[in-house]
Amino acid sequence: MKSKTFFWFVAPSVLMMLIFIAAPLVSVLIQSFQVTQPVMQTVETETCTPGFLTQTCTTEIKTIPIIDEVTGKPQTTTEWVGFLSYQRVLQMDKVWEAVGAGQWGDILQIDFWKALRFTLTFTLLTLPLVIGVGLAIALAVNSAVNSIRGPVIFISLLPFIITPVIGSLAIYWLFVGDGILTVALENLLDRDIAMFAQAWTIEILMYVFRVWNNAPFAFVIFYAGLQTVNMDTLESAVIDGASRLQRLRHVIIPHLMPLIIFIAIIHLMDVYRVFEEIVGFRSQAHVISLQWLTYDFLVPDDAGNRAISRASASAMLTMIGIVILLILPLRRTWRDHKGGAH
Amino acid sequence: MASKAMQQSVGLRLLSNGFLAFWCLLASFPIVWITVMSFKAPRDAFASSAWDVITGPETRAAGNGLSILDIVVGITVLYFAIRWAFTVLPGLVRQVFPGGIIVLGWIVGAIAYGIAFIIVFFGILPFVMGFLNGLLGPLGEPIIGLTTIHYYSVWVENQFFQNFLNSMLVTAGVVTISLTVGTLAGYGLARSGSNLAFWLLIIALVFRALPHSVLVAGYLPWFINSAEILRPIFGEISPTLYGQPWAIIAVLVAINQPFTIWMLRSFFQNIPSELDEAARVDGCSHFQAFRRVIMPVMWPGVITTGLFSFLLGYNDFLVTSLLLDAQNQTMVPAIAGYFNRETTTTDQVEAVAAAVSIIAPLFLLVMVFQRQIVSGLTAGAVKG
Repeated sequence: MKSKTFFWFVAPSVLMMLIFIAAPLVSVLIQSFQVTQPVMQTVETETCTPGFLTQTCTTEIKTIPIIDEVTGKPQTTTEWVGFLSYQRVLQMDKVWEAVGAGQWGDILQIDFWKALRFTLTFTLLTLPLVIGVGLAIALAVNSAVNSIRGPVIFISLLPFIITPVIGSLAIYWLFVGDGILTVALENLLDRDIAMFAQAWTIEILMYVFRVWNNAPFAFVIFYAGLQTVNMDTLESAVIDGASRLQRLRHVIIPHLMPLIIFIAIIHLMDVYRVFEEIVGFRSQAHVISLQWLTYDFLVPDDAGNRAISRASASAMLTMIGIVILLILPLRRTWRDHKGGAH
Repeated sequence: MASKAMQQSVGLRLLSNGFLAFWCLLASFPIVWITVMSFKAPRDAFASSAWDVITGPETRAAGNGLSILDIVVGITVLYFAIRWAFTVLPGLVRQVFPGGIIVLGWIVGAIAYGIAFIIVFFGILPFVMGFLNGLLGPLGEPIIGLTTIHYYSVWVENQFFQNFLNSMLVTAGVVTISLTVGTLAGYGLARSGSNLAFWLLIIALVFRALPHSVLVAGYLPWFINSAEILRPIFGEISPTLYGQPWAIIAVLVAINQPFTIWMLRSFFQNIPSELDEAARVDGCSHFQAFRRVIMPVMWPGVITTGLFSFLLGYNDFLVTSLLLDAQNQTMVPAIAGYFNRETTTTDQVEAVAAAVSIIAPLFLLVMVFQRQIVSGLTAGAVKG
């Protein structure tokens, strides 16, 4: 295909990505170094209340925003503040203080570090769980009789397709207060349980939710991969006396390796933006993630102000994180492409 | 096809099937359970005993329930309705919408079927059964508590249908635009082996990885102030993008583009390039070849990709909750409004009913398009 034709085919798509993905990224980068504030003025006002003989008057000095006469909105100024917003998000002074005092745990009291810790452990720990559970289901379905495969795939797709916020809410309702599963656990362990009162139980539920939600995706892909396993290799392995476990380790898993890497990449991308669980479980007091932190800055506070600068700074930091996580798998893809071209 | 040596021992087979049964229970339980909850009176729905939630004594005491006769008739009607959908409906659709507009025919058919089903099942049937139960005496006594009052208050009193319409508008916009733009790009990328195409795909992959809140942080200041920014260009008609459904559509389409072009590219790679080369030899330009040769055979891939675009638009919480205001909120963020004011248990059960209302269309979607979803998931993976 000539490059001119190619250009016209991809132009609409590339244009949309430039306007709505690339441009906002540049905008976020700039915003993270700026602070926009309403221009304030101090006015002296005298308020008088009627009193006996004389009025009682008090003078007050108030700071109020200047209202623009044309638009009727407060005037704003924008100034360059360097790394101030980053400093406000990272709170390095508190971090060094904690390090200096030897209180490492105090670092995790700061919102950003708390969110970073949770996001990273969550992303990395759910990865093997999802791959393991997905592979187990795929192997089980593959050895099941044909007639039940269709219904099992149908049921398995439900957790994957369901709106994540609703899915997490469904799990929340099973456990909240005296929800039936909490009661079942209480009977089992013979003690009082409140699942949403402390961080670690919430985190366990989040892991459960994520595996429930993502394992079907891994399952479907592994299942498709299992259909293309070379039967001859498998049979010769049997003749050579390989046990079932050895066949799994030396024939099936190497065959599925590209798919495992594919799932791992997609999983890193999707789970790094963990967010819906926090909305569904209402866990913001105990557990937060990086994406939730940015979201929280963007939601207007009681006075109706959005902390755009701090949101931009935390967004940039979030982005740096995912780039670092993906560098290794992407370099591999690039090497494969180079290798394929030669 | 599996040879004897491959057969599993009895113990292993039991283990494997037991595991499968456990997984199916796990996968469906939360969904089934909240559906059951949504039909009960508040005290039953959040009862601590599972049996109470299923049978709903409080709901039954309030006079809402199903008798044995109700259940038997209900299941019979349901069975015939489903059978009819799979046997008679396809023929009817093909008869009314011949040829190329069959996709449109299916959409119209599905909507008409849904409406007819709701009228028969929730309009006519309760009326007839109320009459019959009165005649039968003891057989007509309710044994299972069940009430649809929460659905009534969610959809009619709380105007949830307004959110539903907004959701439909946003999703329909996202699906059509992202498929139109994406098919062109996907085809171009599949047929070009240039380095530029490769780099475009890699950049798209990086964009795919971006958390959506990063992008929204970039949109917000511009969207809120867009009227002033655009005034020099468009004059007085320049809109405030914040709160506009079509602005949301554009944003979601762009967010979805990387995924769409990757997926469609792998579908187009499966269509042999000899096909369009033959058309080119006959004197077609690339666009003509695309329109006359590729378009007729691309629908399976496009439908599959469309399903995933649908899911993205329909399931989105973050973008819509930040960029739309309360008046034209879509369904998923609107449910957040429920749990913010979730003070009484009635509010909670209404939230459950709203949640079930949101997932019901998805359930239908999996039922109809299971094959396409599976093929879509695997197409992306196998082609990489």
